Amino acid sequence: MTTSLFLVQLINGLQYGLLLFLIASGLTLVFGVMGILNLAHGSMYMVGAYLVWYFVEHTGSFGLSALISAVIALLIGILMERTLIRQLYRRNHLDQVLLTIGMIFVFNALQGLLWGNDPLGVAVPAALSSAIPVTDVLEYPVYRIFVALLCVGIAAVMYFMINKTRLGMLIRAGESNREMVECLGIDIRKLYTIVFAIGVMLAAVAGVAAAPMSSIVPGMGEHILITCFVVVVIGGMGSIKGAFIAALLVGLVDTFASVLVPQLSSMMIYILMAFILLIKPQGLFSS
Amino acid sequence: MLKSHSLRTAVVAGLATLTLSTPVLASDEPIKVGMMLPFSGVYGALGDATRNGLKMALQEQVSRLHGRKIEYIEIDTEARPERAPEIASSLLNNSEADFIIGPVHSGVAMGMLKVLRGKDTVMIVPNAGAGPVTGPLCAPNVFRTSFSSWQPSYPMGNVALDKGYRKVVTMSWNYGMGKESLDAFEESFTAGGGEIVKKILVPFPKTEFQAYLSEIASINPDAVFVFFAGGGAVKFVKDYDALGLKGKIPLLGSGFLTEGTLEAQGSAAEGVLTTLHYADTLDNELNGQFRASYQQQFGKASDIYAVQGYDTGLMIASAVNQLSGDISDQKALIRALESTMVRSPRGDFTFSSAHNPVQNIYLRSVENGENRVVEIAAPALADPARGCKL
Repeated sequence: MTTSLFLVQLINGLQYGLLLFLIASGLTLVFGVMGILNLAHGSMYMVGAYLVWYFVEHTGSFGLSALISAVIALLIGILMERTLIRQLYRRNHLDQVLLTIGMIFVFNALQGLLWGNDPLGVAVPAALSSAIPVTDVLEYPVYRIFVALLCVGIAAVMYFMINKTRLGMLIRAGESNREMVECLGIDIRKLYTIVFAIGVMLAAVAGVAAAPMSSIVPGMGEHILITCFVVVVIGGMGSIKGAFIAALLVGLVDTFASVLVPQLSSMMIYILMAFILLIKPQGLFSS
Repeated sequence: MLKSHSLRTAVVAGLATLTLSTPVLASDEPIKVGMMLPFSGVYGALGDATRNGLKMALQEQVSRLHGRKIEYIEIDTEARPERAPEIASSLLNNSEADFIIGPVHSGVAMGMLKVLRGKDTVMIVPNAGAGPVTGPLCAPNVFRTSFSSWQPSYPMGNVALDKGYRKVVTMSWNYGMGKESLDAFEESFTAGGGEIVKKILVPFPKTEFQAYLSEIASINPDAVFVFFAGGGAVKFVKDYDALGLKGKIPLLGSGFLTEGTLEAQGSAAEGVLTTLHYADTLDNELNGQFRASYQQQFGKASDIYAVQGYDTGLMIASAVNQLSGDISDQKALIRALESTMVRSPRGDFTFSSAHNPVQNIYLRSVENGENRVVEIAAPALADPARGCKL
């Protein structure tokens, strides 16, 4: 492998990893704060992609469509938490799995009814559609760099929010001792609604961002969900920092394995996970 | 001409009836057509189109059915191979279907074959391209109206050589249809002196193609040949364009790369060359009629899957007509099916001894969001049917 190809693959891996972080962060946030294992998280990634496709078809503006989709996702998140997820707080993980798997089926059926089964695509927004030449043949699309930077930005905002703001303090407090937070006169239920809705919105935003560089197809959520779980487990369930490191690790391992050991590439991220769990059974940064 | 022909067969049929001691009651009992197609899930749209085409053909051909009614039994396979044997044996034993039409998915085809080979029914495959169906696992009562996976890809090797490409990278998902397609391309391409400089098999259903495309860019071959379909085809063609390879390394593919995906691929697909046994834009009278009446009946554009279903219907009607409505003798029915010349929207085709279509393969280029026919890449191409003893 030449140096330039190595560098290109490094960027590919980081870029894939950053997108994985964006999807996985919502999953791990919700689990860390609320103890809810939301298997329908991948469905929200799918919903984000379909929503942005739908609004781009009708408004023609990607930016506007992205904004509308994010707001709708936030509302869906609030609705889900208020009606369904709320019933689960005093129940065990098996009940959570049953309900959230059921929600996957509901979202898939809705997607089929509303938008059909044909693969769909969204064009890259015109302002970001140029590319930077890397080698004689290869170019790097500006949109992909933009998405990578967006993911870094969101990671920074999340870090700031959790560590430096009042909401973040409540989240951290709620994580470690729910009863005590309630005793201090804070409405933990409102906090949970906010956290869950943010989690849902993060998945949907990832779907929105991914839409122009992928195909929008039925079942896209389940496929990404499995990879996200690998990220969350490696990072340590509930740890945002862990998810960030793990996502980059998974992105890099998957990218280089594809090129260097193609026969093993579908297994490599699972081998990585098994290896890390052997050394750190709770993941890299368990909370 | 057609009228006098059917009149003659009617007279012959009438005489045949008179000479028998017991009257033929064939027309009282309906012909049972079982369907094993995916009507839900990822392949749902394909199953619907196949069913629509099949029913449309049998409706149009009603005058050739000699008064026999058709009874449809439709079962959703959900494209799940593990369910195939159970459904197939239920259609065979409980419903006693005369014809079993299916499937779309090659894995399901294998499950169906296990149950239906050599049994007292006729299985007609309207899509699944798995080589063994009309290869090592071929059987007298199994037909295919679509293609073998070898067929659409084999002619592209010669197209590539004609264009002066000598070093090509091939790429597909690591599964049956993909590997068979790459092998078929490689067969004709290397026979003509071309070289496959790298063959990339991506784990199914992974669609992270960026790492592979970066590698292809560094190899910088004369062209790239791929097999991808559906959502993967959309993603691949978009990535190929986004990473700047499109203008520099020509992209060739099995026709499924740009079938039912063009709208989603947008401008990224312009100029992509593919080979297939059909194109929506195929310029012949039958195709024009077919597309217009499909649009009118079902309120949406027809596609290749509708054509394959339609041809399956034509084939059944032709055999029923040849036998004057009496399909009770399986040997006679199979002979009638074998000798059928299907006047299809894709152009006329016949059947090989292995029961696979002998058909034209077209070279198509994507122009203004449509697959435009450039030329016939291979006229009346028959699958080599390796391993078939029919």
